[in-house]
Amino acid sequence: MVLEFKEAGIYCPAADAYIDPWRPVPRALITHGHSDHARPGHGTYLATEAAAPVIRHRLGDIRIETTRYGVEHRMGDATISFHPAGHVPGSAQIRVEVGGEVWVASGDYKTIDDGLSEPFEPVRCHTFITESTFGLPIYDWPAQDLLARDLNAWWAGCVAEGKRAVLGVYALGKAQRIMRLLDPSIGPILTHGAVEATNKVLRGQGLILPDTIHVTDGVDAKSHPNAIVLAPPSALGSAWMKRFGTVSTGFASGWMRLRGVRRRRAADRGFVVSDHADWKGLNWAIAQTGAERVFVTHGYTAQFSKWLSEQGYEAGIVETEFGGESLDDVEEAEVTAP
Amino acid sequence: MKAFAALFTALDQTTRTSVKTAALAEYFSTAPEDDRVWTIALLSGRRPRRAITTTKLREWAAEHAGIPLWLFEACYPVVGDLSETIALVLPEPKTRIEKSLSGWIATLRGLDNAEDDVRKAAILEAWDGLPPIERFVFNKLITGGWRMGVSQKLMTRALAKATGIEEAELTHRLMGDWSPDKVSWDSLIEAPDPTADLSRPYPFYLAYQVDGEPHELGDVSDWLAERKWDGIRGQLILRGGERHLWSRGEELMTDRFPEFAQLVDFLPPGTVMDGEVLAYDREAEAPLSFNRLQPRIGRKTVPKKLLAEAPCILMAYDLLEWQGADLRQTPLVDRRAILQDALGALPPELPIRLSPRVEAETWDDLAKARAISREIGAEGLMLKRLSAPYLAGRKKGDWWKWKVDPLTIDAVMIYAQAGSGRRATLYTDFTFAVWDDNDLVPFTKAYSGLTDAEFREITAWVRKNTTDRFGPVRAVTPHHVFEIAFEGIQASPRHKSGVALRFPRMARWRKDKPLNEANTLEDLNAMLAQYG
Repeated sequence: MVLEFKEAGIYCPAADAYIDPWRPVPRALITHGHSDHARPGHGTYLATEAAAPVIRHRLGDIRIETTRYGVEHRMGDATISFHPAGHVPGSAQIRVEVGGEVWVASGDYKTIDDGLSEPFEPVRCHTFITESTFGLPIYDWPAQDLLARDLNAWWAGCVAEGKRAVLGVYALGKAQRIMRLLDPSIGPILTHGAVEATNKVLRGQGLILPDTIHVTDGVDAKSHPNAIVLAPPSALGSAWMKRFGTVSTGFASGWMRLRGVRRRRAADRGFVVSDHADWKGLNWAIAQTGAERVFVTHGYTAQFSKWLSEQGYEAGIVETEFGGESLDDVEEAEVTAP
Repeated sequence: MKAFAALFTALDQTTRTSVKTAALAEYFSTAPEDDRVWTIALLSGRRPRRAITTTKLREWAAEHAGIPLWLFEACYPVVGDLSETIALVLPEPKTRIEKSLSGWIATLRGLDNAEDDVRKAAILEAWDGLPPIERFVFNKLITGGWRMGVSQKLMTRALAKATGIEEAELTHRLMGDWSPDKVSWDSLIEAPDPTADLSRPYPFYLAYQVDGEPHELGDVSDWLAERKWDGIRGQLILRGGERHLWSRGEELMTDRFPEFAQLVDFLPPGTVMDGEVLAYDREAEAPLSFNRLQPRIGRKTVPKKLLAEAPCILMAYDLLEWQGADLRQTPLVDRRAILQDALGALPPELPIRLSPRVEAETWDDLAKARAISREIGAEGLMLKRLSAPYLAGRKKGDWWKWKVDPLTIDAVMIYAQAGSGRRATLYTDFTFAVWDDNDLVPFTKAYSGLTDAEFREITAWVRKNTTDRFGPVRAVTPHHVFEIAFEGIQASPRHKSGVALRFPRMARWRKDKPLNEANTLEDLNAMLAQYG
């Protein structure tokens, strides 16, 4: 097999390298910088140029090499290349070719262009490894312009009512994507330290982000009455929020599609937005690869692989330790950046 | 339906009571009158008859969405709500149909006797012509089961705001056996005819649990103490030669308790009493356990054998109407005096008793009386201020329940199941076991008592520690010990452990307790011997 599923992660014997391994290994190929994909303790790391700064920022002193999208690397008998996955800036699918047989491990991906990440590019392959975080037909994302309209309407409504809009978002990817959808004429964007740290890294690598104000002492409801505040979900409802006076809270996640989750979050508003593909996106992406065989990792693996089998694919389930945008994360409000 | 869907969205998007009340009040001031009546009906649990089976809805939705039925069924437990699942899987609407809430209800009524293909065509047309939220609301109209995060109390407050009519008065007007088909906004809310509905009950007055020490309530002589009986709360209405028995959940139970029919001949018309329906041993003059009453609750009519096995009485404790006059503003001490006179004159064969006063000089006397509650089949004491009127709903101050402390047992969690609705993505329903030598014997389920944070924590743990799956149920590694609190225990041949608990819930997550220190089946049997 071109890729094998081992205790430590997805392994390529021809290259003697692992893709997003969850146990320490000598050589790791990393799809992107989220903590369930880029873990500490590996001998060497290979990632895209755009993904590396966040990985370095998170993991500190590691041996990391970088590559550009589409550049072929020869490792042993394998040819390895990275291709845009559209998940977060720098995220990649990893293409592995051995003796003419092509496998693609897609990591996390989404098929719509978020205006920030390099848009997803389908890669022809024989075997495709896909996530299934939102692999049920109930997940259907609204178009990005509708999302922008709803976000800005909520924010403007908050300003009109004399409230601060506080939005819970993941610090890497989602936060920056949403910043670029916000209408700067409504007011300033304030950021929690976790979000601002990621902003700094991404700006440092040349990404253009709107102006933000890091929330420090003296930044509060009085100084910025019209502000929207972007903070990791864990900060919602914490003492940190007191400075903003009367607030309306929002939460941005694919899980907000479900009324039950929306209500349990007890946020005032839920916005349906995800950096993972929805049902249509997953099916489209898989069809585009032309793959005959599909392995399904984290998410609704059983349901999605059964569906794929009925569609004529040779489908299997692979147990991994990827979390993705798991419901646990939404519930526990975990954050990835410091 | 746009206005109703907008109301639904407004209610759904906030957790603040004040915002909900304002949204409802706005709706009750502006929506068409027919729609208002239907909204009140839906929010108070009066739903239109289900015209189409959910099986058909599932099939049609899956077919229309272009997915196999099994995949639709796989989505349902994730969403936790059938109406929402349908709304989410369907393709984008093609057209836009504008129709009022009552208009849609009329459309659904029209399908009552239609052929299946006519029904299907009508439902698909509606699905294709409604944006997602209206589609969800439409599905809710078909399937019933409304839960909009609005209590009847909140709705009544909003109605009061919109109409200027007092809340307590509105609560009363909305009670009883009315149907949205037969009433108008005027006859229900604005100008009701008090004689129109002889069965209409008064709103129940509900007590709070004593939160501090009872002596903080002041002088013991200001209070009436009674046993807190373990039956079902009932309001018995005798008017115009008929009788009606209402449960606290506003359900008519008249036919389930035929023994009360004879009371019509002994008490004057225009009598309304509040009390507890109990299975009762006439010879011993003592209540039977709740277990004996249970089979009488579940059935619409009562076979003779059951009537003999579990004869019931009304343990009356309050008089709300006497000789046709509303007594609710009269102080309890006077209401009780009239009730005592009225019942004292009745022959003892009749199925009614006056709930006796628990005599006490001091709070200490009451504490002693409370301590023997379980032995005499009561749940504790009720404390009622003698000078108080009969209020509507749950109000703090004049009525308190002073329940005995629950029984508890430390048990091991062995199975977990996801909740439904709001809790569909969390593991909330657990099965607990006690030790029998080296085996764990399941004896109860419980699904409440933990905080949301604890449910999230245990859910994450269940996902990682599943050892087996049986449909929706997961067997988990025996590891966590919980303190299970319950109100009573009964022998039960239907349960493997031989016991059944009353109101079991998780009192505490005993993270400090190792697995082997959980209680045993022997402990459970000892409790059964003492309290069963």
